[in-house]
Amino acid sequence: MTAASVTADERLVTPSWASRMMRRPEVGAAVAALIIFVFFSTTTDAFLSAGGAATWLESSAQFGIMAVAVALLMIGGEFDLSAGAMVGTTGLIVGVLATHLHVNLWVAVLVSLVAAALIGALNGWLVVRTRLPSFIVTLGTFFVLQGVNLAGTKLVTGQVSVQGFADVAGFYDARWAFGSSAQFGGFTLQISVVWWFLLTAAATWVLQRTRPGNWIFAVGGDENSARQVGVPVLRTKIGLFMTTALAAFLVGMLQLFKTSTVQASTGVGQEFIYIICAVVGGCLLTGGYGSAIGAALGALIYGMTLQGIVFAQWDNNWLKAFLGVMLLGAVLVNNWVRRRAEMRK
Amino acid sequence: MTASESNESDQVPAAPLPSGASVGEVSGPAAEAPKLPDAHECIIEVQNLGKSYGSIIALRDVSTTVNAGEVTCILGDNGAGKSTLIKILAGVLESSEGVFLVDGIARRMGGPRDALALGIATVYQDLAVVPLMPIWRNFFLGSEPTRGFGPTRRLDVTAMRRITRDELLKMGIDLRDVDQPIGTMSGGERQSVAIARAVYFGARVLILDEPTAALGVKQAGVVLRYIAQARDRGLGVVFITHNPHHAYPVGDRFLILKRGRSLGESEKKDISIEQLTTLMAGGDELDALARELRRA
Repeated sequence: MTAASVTADERLVTPSWASRMMRRPEVGAAVAALIIFVFFSTTTDAFLSAGGAATWLESSAQFGIMAVAVALLMIGGEFDLSAGAMVGTTGLIVGVLATHLHVNLWVAVLVSLVAAALIGALNGWLVVRTRLPSFIVTLGTFFVLQGVNLAGTKLVTGQVSVQGFADVAGFYDARWAFGSSAQFGGFTLQISVVWWFLLTAAATWVLQRTRPGNWIFAVGGDENSARQVGVPVLRTKIGLFMTTALAAFLVGMLQLFKTSTVQASTGVGQEFIYIICAVVGGCLLTGGYGSAIGAALGALIYGMTLQGIVFAQWDNNWLKAFLGVMLLGAVLVNNWVRRRAEMRK
Repeated sequence: MTASESNESDQVPAAPLPSGASVGEVSGPAAEAPKLPDAHECIIEVQNLGKSYGSIIALRDVSTTVNAGEVTCILGDNGAGKSTLIKILAGVLESSEGVFLVDGIARRMGGPRDALALGIATVYQDLAVVPLMPIWRNFFLGSEPTRGFGPTRRLDVTAMRRITRDELLKMGIDLRDVDQPIGTMSGGERQSVAIARAVYFGARVLILDEPTAALGVKQAGVVLRYIAQARDRGLGVVFITHNPHHAYPVGDRFLILKRGRSLGESEKKDISIEQLTTLMAGGDELDALARELRRA
């Protein structure tokens, strides 16, 4: 809206630059990320070194990929508690198929991809059709996956992890996509960081500039209204759950090809960290509000703190306490934002 | 994002305004817009409409007309059959008896989508808006215009903002900011966004379900102005209310329902607001009530 086209209007107070910035969901996370960056940069030597930066960036990337997908889902008004276990499931499917059943590696990856998409679609379908809270539905999926991951892996391999994945034929061919890195001087750029940036950019594009993005905000903000004006609620929500599951697939592959091993318990307990990253990044727990960049910043905060605490040689357990404080702070800020946004004159 | 971008089958047809219903010059809420040439032409006519659910008769023998550029008010107390009547007009319910003519042709509506295709749009009380979303996103929700192809297919944000602003200006609302969440607008303003949206997407007849019911005196006045605006732009308006003081100033004809039956339809020239109020309240019943209250 151009100011010139508005005739003198006593109702209109030109919003200041600062108050317009405050409208963005990710502003709080950006400020927090900057503070944490400056803090660890000045208090530890390793943090700003090429090796240190590569470490916290990679750490952030793995959480960031998931946090961005989970943020889309949360803006759409749903949770996915099975997202963490799904990371393990996708890695285990490829690991078990390739090492013990000697399936072609590419076929194994494809099977894992399809499985993730199907489980995601099932989550979405169950949530929309049963009208049960996604919290309950995906809690069920979470336990099923956790159980299958452990029992299935033990059944086939006799162990609770998959070993010898690096010896599988084709491992080094497939590695460029999921486990490669590039050197820039002393700085090692892991492919996961590239995936993270690409995904954040794509998610931001979808949310801000496409019809499905508009629908995601709508189904999360007011599902009934969205349905009344013709938004395809079922398709949008299934798409969101599938996106989350496919992000879990991507992270599963990144971990598998980086470490060439996968534990049956991989990913369990991480689902809450994804949600925390999204909330710290400005997503409302009630849906309809948030941003992908915010979630990426939330993951950056988590990654920087996770590694920064190591560099500072503190007790690792401070991380959890810090995480709790960040979460509470973010929820309070978000609540305030929403009250302002919903305030009626 | 895996959700497909194509939504043709789900979307409300974004038909342009029919000829003759074209928009006059933009005017403020108080100004008189010029009457359109083919105003007063009959769009909807219903004759002896009836609806029963099993043994319960919800509506019987109701006849009325909706003309272009005029406001048909449907008045009645709770349970009078107002909702049943508008659901039939909106295509949600099918009548059990009677004739439903649109443009002089008898129609059977298979659903709200059929009614929409004929240019009959309904604005329900909940307005179908998403409070946290900006006004311009709400305006086009479900029928977003796009540019480009394949992966570059994107919302036409510039057009969406401009059209939202222009369409609301035609309703007499000078938007402070199209980016503000619609939840921050007042009740009357939100109602007007819903009305402007229906008009923009090709409505010739607007059915407004108790638009003033939840509003204060001032806000109700705002909505009445928007109803007059829509009328002056050549739309036929069906205004459902239980408040004769809201209906009388803006209405051209008044249909009063009581216990599922029509108490008759009157042109504005044939009825005074006192008569309307008395009819609404059921005449003798109101006198009895007045006596009872006086004693108490």
